[in-house]
Amino acid sequence: MRRIISVLMENAPGALSRVVGLFSQRGYNIESLTVAPTEDATLSRLTLTTIGDDHKIEQITKHLNKLIDVVKLVDLTEGAHIERELMLIKVKAIGNQREEVKRCVDIFRGQIVDVTPSVYIVQVAGTSDKLDAFVQSVGESAILEVVRTGVSGIARGEKVLSL
Amino acid sequence: MELLSGGDMLIRALQDEGVDTIFGYPGGSALHIYDAIFRQKKVKHILVRHEQAATHAADGYARATGKVGTVLVTSGPGATNAITGIATAYMDSIPMVVISGQVPSDKIGEDAFQETDMVGVSRPIVKHSFLVKDPAEIPATIKKAYYIAATGRPGPVVVDLPKDVTNPYEKFEYSYPKKIKLRSYTPIEKGHSGQIRKAVQLLMGARRPVIYAGGGVVQGNASELVTQFARTLNFPVTTTLMGLGGFPASDSRWLGMLGMHGTYEANTAMHHADVILAVGARFDDRVTNTPNKFCPQAKIIHIDIDPASISKTVSADIPIVGSVGSVMKDMLGLLNEISERPDAKMLGDWWQQIEDWRARHGILIEPRYDISSELIKPQDVIKTLHKVTGGDAYITSDVGQHQMFAAQYYGFDLPRRWINSGGLGTMGFGLPSAMGVQMAHRDATVACVTGEGSIQMCIQELSACTQYHLPIKIICLNNQALGMVKQWQDMQYSSRYSESLYEDSLPDFVKLAEAYGHVGIRVERKDELQAKMEECFAMKDRLVFMDIQVDPAEHVYPMQIAPGTMRDMWLSKTERT
Ligand SMILES: Cc1ncc(C[n+]2csc(CCOP(=O)(O)OP(=O)(O)O)c2C)c(N)n1
Ligand SMILES: [Mg+2]
Repeated sequence: MRRIISVLMENAPGALSRVVGLFSQRGYNIESLTVAPTEDATLSRLTLTTIGDDHKIEQITKHLNKLIDVVKLVDLTEGAHIERELMLIKVKAIGNQREEVKRCVDIFRGQIVDVTPSVYIVQVAGTSDKLDAFVQSVGESAILEVVRTGVSGIARGEKVLSL
Repeated sequence: MELLSGGDMLIRALQDEGVDTIFGYPGGSALHIYDAIFRQKKVKHILVRHEQAATHAADGYARATGKVGTVLVTSGPGATNAITGIATAYMDSIPMVVISGQVPSDKIGEDAFQETDMVGVSRPIVKHSFLVKDPAEIPATIKKAYYIAATGRPGPVVVDLPKDVTNPYEKFEYSYPKKIKLRSYTPIEKGHSGQIRKAVQLLMGARRPVIYAGGGVVQGNASELVTQFARTLNFPVTTTLMGLGGFPASDSRWLGMLGMHGTYEANTAMHHADVILAVGARFDDRVTNTPNKFCPQAKIIHIDIDPASISKTVSADIPIVGSVGSVMKDMLGLLNEISERPDAKMLGDWWQQIEDWRARHGILIEPRYDISSELIKPQDVIKTLHKVTGGDAYITSDVGQHQMFAAQYYGFDLPRRWINSGGLGTMGFGLPSAMGVQMAHRDATVACVTGEGSIQMCIQELSACTQYHLPIKIICLNNQALGMVKQWQDMQYSSRYSESLYEDSLPDFVKLAEAYGHVGIRVERKDELQAKMEECFAMKDRLVFMDIQVDPAEHVYPMQIAPGTMRDMWLSKTERT
């Protein structure tokens, strides 16, 4: 099962490499990873998605928790949560394609953020599934380049991950 | 407040931390630190002959005392030479702080002379690491390093110090923090009371219980509690390789070691148990044989300080996270509150069954090897060692058959007396770790049980032993081969001895010992073994190297058959369960 693990950790040199190293060292895979400082400059927030059965996820969270730099973590997929990923995608836009892509962007509530006579850059945000669907709709032949941020997530309601 | 340079701050911080001994080796990036060592008297530095030995010595010191071992090395090759010893300590959860010099901050990343990314290289084998960028951070960093190394599940911590950070000409205000709190690190001490209650309930209903005690019992100073618990309930106890001494071997409730080379009665009792109380043990693959065939009828209570050790390979029915000491104390408390006890008749039957197993194949009640042989049997060497030392020595060991014979036959009654590399299985560990033990206990009898293969991996330390007058007794079970490798080749490769023999290239160990200023004794005949060993141990203030020619064909038994259950074992070359 796909899981989103959200980690609050010290914004310290080496912290990220310890997290990433843990995954390669113990043979866990990382599907996506994002990390950035938080409103508290001493902390960063790391979100990673991984795939594994309950036993594996339990081991992953236990080992992450053991890292001295990790302050707290939560498996967002255990409860209601919001997840978002941002994608920038460069597509061919010539002749008919220009209208077609535009329609597709509207349906997916994306934005065209850069235009040249032959190319659009489209920005789409949403769940990973939605981004996948957009990529499919536009069609492989039209795609020049895809850049995705990886998943960020937050628990719904009152629940917060903070100090 | 006092003004000190980074180098002086480091040494002062070590003093304030209570460090009395450092094992190390100097080099360019560490020279400011070495000068600071020269200008003080409180911390004694032991100059090893190879940085690997510094880490093993600090490790032996830590295992024998329970205190944190301290290592100091230079950057680059000094740091990388320390890696094997750090990994050894990591696998066995040994508290250790390794201070490494580093090239100056402004040269980091430029492939400077003797530059190695020590924090990066050591990352998978440390509990934590620090790269100190500002001298003012030294005192707090040292405090954190020792705190992290010693608490929770202990482990090695690396502190990497760029040379400019220890510059003698820049001075800073020094004060050593009394306490340190890390918001991201709060080791759990107490076990969950509900879980503890459930565990005691399960144990009271047990018909075929076994206590399976691991290295955590020794490391967590909980052997007295575990012993009391087992005696109160009259439960059988088996200990892991790391747990030897955690329960007295002379107590009849001890079934011996379990696992790959465990006793028949311990492995068989585990297999048939209905409740297993695992204390500070981690269900290592050298214990469980095939995990999904492990103890099919048993409900498992698992006490461990490290949540990640619980249900890692074998899932626990009642997990209890906490220090074994604290949890065992609570369990004993609960025992005293309740009147309920396990069914005496059932327990009696269980003991009867175990005694039958013990009588049938137990290696500790009578020899299961050929005692009529002319050759010296390695098992007899260990038994003689026990006799001559009164069972009261610190025994360090290397890795191989000799290690297993020592583990099987010495019979440890006290914790911290058996010092070996269990998790990593590091050949070369024995002699340097004995140095650490002897430094910690100057008057104690310290023996290193080794093989002619392993001893050559850190033999250079015979020189350090001369310098510091360390009267270690080296008991070399010389079987003219990488015996454990050869045993596997006998058993699995039709005796094709690929690269496990030396073709008459072994040194004369007696002369070698003498060349370093020590005493060498060769033993070739069975009838001279005990007298010569007595002679050896009578030389209280000398290092003695006993080169004992043992039967090269001997194998270690029992040996579990993989893949299989706990009770599937070879009992001799020809007999299996
Ligand atoms: C550093 C290292 N290299 C290789 C091994 C693999 N190994 C395990 S036991 C052994 C043989 C050890 O020979 P010796 O020290 O003579 O002990 P014996 O088994 O003969 O008693 C070897 C090579 C190891 N454990 N450690
Ligand atoms: Mg040998």
